[in-house]
Amino acid sequence: MSYYFVFQIFNIFLADKAFCRKPLSGTLQLTRTHSVLTEDASGLRKETWILHSLVCLVERQPPMDSGHPLRVHCKNFQVLQLIIPQETDCHEVHMSLLRLSQPERYEDLYCFSYNPKSDKDESTCKWNFIDAKADYHRMKIPNQLWQTTSTNQDYRVCETYPADLYVPKSATLPVIVGSSKFRSRGRFPTLSYYCKETHAALCRSSQPLSGFSARCLEDEQMLEAIMKSNPGSQFMYVVDTRPKLNAMANRAAGKGYENEDNYANIRFQFMGIENIHVMRNSQQKLLEVSELQSPSIADFLLGLENSGWLKHIKAILLAGVFIAKAVAVEGVSVLVHCSDGWDRTAQVCSVASVLLDPFYRTLKGFMVLIEKDWVSFGHKFSHRCSHINGDPKEVAPVIDQFLEVVWQLMEQFPCAFEYNERFLISLHHHIYASNYGNFICNSQKERRDERIQQKTHSIWPYLWENKCEFMNPLYRPDRSQSQGVLSPNTAPYCFKFWRGLYNRFDKGVHPRQSVLDCLMAIREESQQLEEELILHGQKIAKLEKERGTSMKRHSVVSSTDIWAQSDLDLDHLCGSMRALPLISFGQQRGSDGALLVRPRNTNKGSDLDLSGSSDQESGVGDLNCRLSSGSESLPSEDIIKNPDLAEAIYSVA
Amino acid sequence: MEFSEHIKTANVDDVVLKQPFHAPMKGTLCVTGHHLLFSDRSGDSSWQLLLLLRNIDAIEKSVENLLGYSSTGSNIRPVGSSGTITIKCKDLCILQLDIPGMEECLNVARSIEALSSLDNVTEMYPYFYRPSWLSLDDQWGLSTLEKHYDQLGALQVKWRLSNANSDFSVCPSYPPAVIVPQSVDDQMLVKAARFRQGGRFPVLSYYHQKNGMVILRSSQPLTGANRKRCKEDELFLQAVMDGSERAYIIDTRSAQQAQQARMTGGGFESKSCYNSWKRLHRHMERGKVLQESLIKLVEACGDQSHSMDRWLSKLENSKWLSHVHSALSTAGLVAECVERDGHSVLVHGSEGTDTTLLVCTLAQLILDPESRTLKGFLSLLEREWVQAGHPFQLRCAHSAYSHTRLRQEAPVFLLLLDCVWQLGRQFPLALELGEPLLLRLAREAYASDFGTFLCNNEQERCVLEVKDRTHCLFQFLLRSSEREHYVNPLYEPTDLAIWPSVQPQSLHLWTGLFLRWSDHTQTMEEVREEIWSIVTQHCGRG
Repeated sequence: MSYYFVFQIFNIFLADKAFCRKPLSGTLQLTRTHSVLTEDASGLRKETWILHSLVCLVERQPPMDSGHPLRVHCKNFQVLQLIIPQETDCHEVHMSLLRLSQPERYEDLYCFSYNPKSDKDESTCKWNFIDAKADYHRMKIPNQLWQTTSTNQDYRVCETYPADLYVPKSATLPVIVGSSKFRSRGRFPTLSYYCKETHAALCRSSQPLSGFSARCLEDEQMLEAIMKSNPGSQFMYVVDTRPKLNAMANRAAGKGYENEDNYANIRFQFMGIENIHVMRNSQQKLLEVSELQSPSIADFLLGLENSGWLKHIKAILLAGVFIAKAVAVEGVSVLVHCSDGWDRTAQVCSVASVLLDPFYRTLKGFMVLIEKDWVSFGHKFSHRCSHINGDPKEVAPVIDQFLEVVWQLMEQFPCAFEYNERFLISLHHHIYASNYGNFICNSQKERRDERIQQKTHSIWPYLWENKCEFMNPLYRPDRSQSQGVLSPNTAPYCFKFWRGLYNRFDKGVHPRQSVLDCLMAIREESQQLEEELILHGQKIAKLEKERGTSMKRHSVVSSTDIWAQSDLDLDHLCGSMRALPLISFGQQRGSDGALLVRPRNTNKGSDLDLSGSSDQESGVGDLNCRLSSGSESLPSEDIIKNPDLAEAIYSVA
Repeated sequence: MEFSEHIKTANVDDVVLKQPFHAPMKGTLCVTGHHLLFSDRSGDSSWQLLLLLRNIDAIEKSVENLLGYSSTGSNIRPVGSSGTITIKCKDLCILQLDIPGMEECLNVARSIEALSSLDNVTEMYPYFYRPSWLSLDDQWGLSTLEKHYDQLGALQVKWRLSNANSDFSVCPSYPPAVIVPQSVDDQMLVKAARFRQGGRFPVLSYYHQKNGMVILRSSQPLTGANRKRCKEDELFLQAVMDGSERAYIIDTRSAQQAQQARMTGGGFESKSCYNSWKRLHRHMERGKVLQESLIKLVEACGDQSHSMDRWLSKLENSKWLSHVHSALSTAGLVAECVERDGHSVLVHGSEGTDTTLLVCTLAQLILDPESRTLKGFLSLLEREWVQAGHPFQLRCAHSAYSHTRLRQEAPVFLLLLDCVWQLGRQFPLALELGEPLLLRLAREAYASDFGTFLCNNEQERCVLEVKDRTHCLFQFLLRSSEREHYVNPLYEPTDLAIWPSVQPQSLHLWTGLFLRWSDHTQTMEEVREEIWSIVTQHCGRG
């Protein structure tokens, strides 16, 4: 589709959130999906793209000498400062951004017009790239004790559940339907993860409608069926992830929690994870801390404490640890629920799965986990991420917390995960941006009704194609810490502020050199050399063969040509060998003599570090990042210390 | 041996040892003049623990079953009395010994208390440490100031080596040779020294080859309440200026503290007397405040309450990271003056033996690529800490667990190592030295087999013949067998300055040191191995 300019303004300024560097002056153009700031200073064209669906807050600020500032907060924690000379223009931009960032209908989202380079037929088949059903097969489900149920085909029993569900074989249709009637929004207990080794199951549901005294025979039978599907155990855990007080308060509304007296052989446990409103406020406070301008250590640490954020992260991990231990060590099945069973339940089940199964610590496995525990089980992405205009009280950083728990685990077990921090950050970005359809809508049914799979693209094939960006060079599947169940240390000092996410765009606070980049470059280089070696071996073999045949044909000329060609290649190979070690890659000289390390992807134009992306799939693209000006400018002759090296890397890219 | 009077019970059998990362072990405990030796000979593998008594910061003892009987249910059976000794080490490790026999336990505890706090330097272990692979004839120390001066060719035009202090009479805490401006003769120097606390007149700390600017360090001038002046001191600094228009004095005290210092005879360089020197005050904590900060931090790290709020507020309350912050930002300021503004800098606080050295050392790491190599770093420490007279003996007498009244303890050197670690975090490729070296130095500064950190200055070392009678740690660490363990596999030299970020988001708790004995740090070993294997694999292929 064509982009039409809503309008454009000249002589606008763009500053970072702290006004640390000299503002850039340029032209702002608003399209239906993006704001584009074009800077023409010093003859270099530089564009900054802001995806409207990533904008979560636009604030007017008191006028300054140079104009009227507009502060734009994005859902990926970028903050931009626009300074607009005319007040009327400022007002206009403000109103337009508000309107454009909060579309009323799904059809207005970017994913319905976004078209990555592939053609349509291919993309529909790519929706099958990640298949949650296959994951149950991987767990050896169905088996003698667990089966698929067609109860929820066409979403008849539960609108927010997926169509394919797994239940104990002994649970009959009336039991399932009866149980679903006794559970909030019909979300009856169903299988999330099955441990082949212990036969213990991890099930999920919503809260029971028990009120102060109500009972439901079918629901009690359902739990008994789950318990009995684990022949080795005498009881099962029911984990209510809420604080006890919240669960008790729900009883007054006819909801609540399981009474241990009514259910045979259950052990009931509260986990004390706070609700979405507490989490939203907590993250807000955390963001305020991360946005402080030159805070003291005390400001920062007390602000961090006061936000309570790490306490919540810890509570979620603790719940996951409890469940993982029950399933893998005790061999006891667990039923997890919160209120509706789509926020805290999703968090806790997926954290437990990551702890339990090394598969979910692989790139593909993590995609499967998100697709299974979050997308298909009806985590309300559109409400929580505020994709379209809705109730602000529905917005909550539930998925952020899950990604952060995984990051905290990666910090503790650096060799246990196949993917790296960038993958989590990139995923976070795409969950909030709307380039791809995966996280649009609130349930599988809604996605079917909106024909998401027909009209939009799936993110997973895209991430998979770029997987070399997302690999952890330290990953060793054969290492002890990579295998089996992870048992993390949950002492408070193990929980850290996630600078990579919350201060992602504040270049100054990150390490100036990256171990990840360095190791990845080394890895890539090793691999490339090896491949080249093989290639040359093949070429030589081929040439030798050809020489044999050409001798017969007496056409010496062509074969010498080929030899000359291959000599050149060998030179190139030797050249890249001379460039070893490749560690110096990515170091460059800033104008101030400081050592800066540019992330690899700015060379490659991937969308991970959003500066450097030339297509419009990223929230903020910095089309000419290498030629940025101001105090951060990088003299072009110093871009890469070693030209040999640059060439090697570009050829890898 | 004269230590024997402190040892009433030398051997105890059936002692149970509990220590981090190991299951409890039963074995024989043996107390010697310098060590606690625990050996477990049960089973096939004999296991030994050799703990330097000097490493023990505090011990706690508790004796149980004084009556010699314990009642379990209805059975009353006689059991031997027993005791428990908890040993808290200066390297922050905590060990527990369960010792059968009350008297044995008390004897052992008494021996440890007495032997671990011996003050006589020549009775310390470095004087007895004689391993077969080291010889007392080996070179002691990496370099001398004379050699250092010889290496800096460009410097010699305007700077000279002075031997005025060869008998330590001008400044007892300085080495025999120092580098001063060519135009300052020894006579002037002696007079200028009288105007500085402890005789610590300004000397060259670092020469920036790129622009010829220098970092000097000294102690505070003794201006006192009457605003005394010293012509030689003023001429001295005038000579450093060498015609340039401006230079900076970075005072590591607040302006108010510097004012107050005048009441006790100290003071600062007033604008009127040193008119082209611009004085900047950057307050840095020292002494007792720093020691208490360390104590609070270590206490917070040992807190078992598992409450997130409590942890964060205790971490904040310890102020340790704030000290890291101010050290790095003051050093950054000094480096900025030299590299970006092209001015020379004089750094001092009051005594010039603590924060002054800290700031000068960090500024050199930021500016000087040479100091970021393993050898360069150790040479820097030798020059700027050992020879420059940081009083290691006083500062490192006790660590975070000690109950004794604080005297002159302060973890300034530990703070330096922490700051270097922070630099390494932010520039993981720029330092040749790895975290294991910093951890080793942190341990050696408090308790060592080597003589390097003994005494408070070169004069004392000379009197006690440290260089003849002990071995040198720095030489040892550079041996090829040791070296490999201490280098950073990712090291890639760079000639550029490495400017650290001092944002709170960029400064971290040094878990490798402060949480070394929690399982948290064990995975970090695996990471290190993994990085090594990637790098060596690569080199193999290349």
